[in-house]
Amino acid sequence: MGHVELVDLSKSYDKQKSVLDGINLTIEEGEFFVLVGPSGSGKSTLLRMIAGLEEITGGTLKINNETVNHLPPKDRNLSMVFQNYALYPHLNVEQNILFGLRAKKVSKQEQQERLMEAVEMMGLGEYLKRKPRELSGGQRQRVALARSIVSQAPLCLMDEPLSNLDAKLRAHMRIEIRRLQKRLGLTMVYVTHDQVEAMTMGDRIMVLNDGKIQQVGKPIHLYNEPANLFVASFIGSPKMNLGNAVFVEESKELVIENALSIKNNSAYLENIKRTEKLKIGIRAEHIFPATSETATHHLEVVNVEQLGNETIVAFDIGAELWTAKWAGQWSVQVGERVPVKIDMDYLCFFNAKTGDLIRPAHFSKEKEVAAI
Amino acid sequence: MSMPNTIAEPIESKLDFEHYKRKERIKSWAKGMLFLLPSIILFTVFLFYPLVRTIYLSFFLTNAAGETTVFVGWENFARMFNSPIFMQSMKSTFLFVLYTVPLTIIISLFLALLANEKLRGIGIFRTIYSSTMGISVAAASVFWLYLFHPSIGFLNMIVTGLGFERIGWLTDPTWALIAVAITTIWMNLGFTFLILLGGLQSIDGYLYESADIDGAGYFYKLKNITIPMLSPTLFFVVTVTIINAFQTFGQIDILTQGGPQNTTNLIVYSIYREAFVNYQFGSASAQAVVLFIIILIMTIIQFKLGERKVHYQ
Ligand SMILES: Nc1ncnc2c1ncn2[C@@H]1O[C@H](COP(=O)(O)OP(=O)(O)OP(=O)(O)O)[C@@H](O)[C@H]1O
Ligand SMILES: [Mg+2]
Repeated sequence: MGHVELVDLSKSYDKQKSVLDGINLTIEEGEFFVLVGPSGSGKSTLLRMIAGLEEITGGTLKINNETVNHLPPKDRNLSMVFQNYALYPHLNVEQNILFGLRAKKVSKQEQQERLMEAVEMMGLGEYLKRKPRELSGGQRQRVALARSIVSQAPLCLMDEPLSNLDAKLRAHMRIEIRRLQKRLGLTMVYVTHDQVEAMTMGDRIMVLNDGKIQQVGKPIHLYNEPANLFVASFIGSPKMNLGNAVFVEESKELVIENALSIKNNSAYLENIKRTEKLKIGIRAEHIFPATSETATHHLEVVNVEQLGNETIVAFDIGAELWTAKWAGQWSVQVGERVPVKIDMDYLCFFNAKTGDLIRPAHFSKEKEVAAI
Repeated sequence: MSMPNTIAEPIESKLDFEHYKRKERIKSWAKGMLFLLPSIILFTVFLFYPLVRTIYLSFFLTNAAGETTVFVGWENFARMFNSPIFMQSMKSTFLFVLYTVPLTIIISLFLALLANEKLRGIGIFRTIYSSTMGISVAAASVFWLYLFHPSIGFLNMIVTGLGFERIGWLTDPTWALIAVAITTIWMNLGFTFLILLGGLQSIDGYLYESADIDGAGYFYKLKNITIPMLSPTLFFVVTVTIINAFQTFGQIDILTQGGPQNTTNLIVYSIYREAFVNYQFGSASAQAVVLFIIILIMTIIQFKLGERKVHYQ
């Protein structure tokens, strides 16, 4: 049974161009559902529609199998963390956190218990008596989180709740939120820009672009088999390397961006239409370092980023900038020509015109078969 | 050999620095004064000088032309506080403030809350509610004069229609002050309404959305969000309304001229009569000084109370 169901949902402001269009989606009970998409793609709008803060232009919204299009927010039994926190500036941290519980006339003792729990989890103990304007951005954000946690509503909506925290705190909060969600069995709809958050926290991810669903699925599935070029370039960091490609029949080669040719030694590519305009994509970690013997190509390095545990190396491939991610520390210099291994099996094929996936990388198929 | 040099240099540059800073300060002070000059001149001519002159006059007796004749010290004040007419005037003034201020605030807050709702055609109501701001005291008073008219007035038509006796709105001592208060409330509504509506509109809508999700009801939101967030505006409006109430003059002059039996002889009207009807500029000035002190004290009390209660962003 789905907890939240969106059936052909759409939204337009003032009868203008639609901000959201044809959204069909079921979010299961107890699921951690992550919403990603570029700025202005309609993530907040979708969240606000579920919350009941935004009029639904078309379609139906069901919560617990009941149509709730007409219900005001307070009757939908949910909590929300706003993108801009929406803290009450005239109330101190404690009053802010307890605002909802007081409105619902929860007993004083219960209030204190929930307050203490949330405060401890968010590390806000020292700030209880402060007003929001006396807090840093990250502290405010944690107050907003605490406020939604104490409500213990079964459905929790969060709009970029960790965007203002430092890396360490963010990693900590990720785990805390995930643990809390598991423990209370909350259904979570979670908007984020952060790749790591999306990949690590979500049971499923939905990618939204321009108000349309691009793909919904498990994080790994989205990573390995992006449904289209948009998802391919949006999920994963660094982003998937993309390039135009054509098959050259005479030499049985695939030529990428007129710069890189790969021997077509893979039988499974048989049924890709050779006449179609193609785009290929390859993950940065699939451009392997090689010795001169195993190398398929020698590429000129245009940039090197040392991250300590891995090295990001960038190459110019025709008009595109490709990156390779190699484990460990590699001492390569800009301008150097390094041997790399690029294998046909790791290429994803896309229709260049529609952007749709024709065939995912071969290795992921193999693994899935192995898993079954 | 390089020592003296290295020491002398910083001192020299420091001196330079001080000098430069002083010059900057003088320049910025002069600039500030230049900008303030118009206000200072206007205030001096129309406010500070009259104020000083009034205090000065309050210690003298004057002739009909307003020239000082005899220095009498505190006698003007002493006589004033022993005069039943002045005490009546003080009582009426305070009653009048009590009648007008809370009602003005409550009614205009209510209207502002109504007009702040997102409803179709709300702009029309906003215009209507704030329209009294554009009506002069004289026009409003004449308009109410007709409404209060004992025989053909609209109010008495309602009263008799309901089966009651006619009310002498402006001639009955029990009703006159109330009638003037009603007029004043009506006249002040527009301004107060507009300021409060502005205050309401500047409250961030996200706060209400968050409260909606938390399941807060209308009155809970009103009490815990709207009123606290509106408190600076409310404070301003209360201050201005109180001061205005103390200074009421125009509607009295047109509606009742201080009568019947001095019940509407509010302090500013009393000052006016003392000075320009009785030509007692000395005692009129003494009354004005008392009014000044009352308003000053009220304002100080308000600010002291306000500091604790008002939430500034
Ligand atoms: N009140 C409004 N009136 C008109 N257009 C709006 C309104 N609110 C949002 N939009 C438009 O709807 C689109 C989606 O906005 P939304 O806030 O949902 O984006 P988002 O995906 O949350 O972006 P971000 O990641 O920057 O928060 C944007 O193009 C925005 O301009
Ligand atoms: Mg947003």
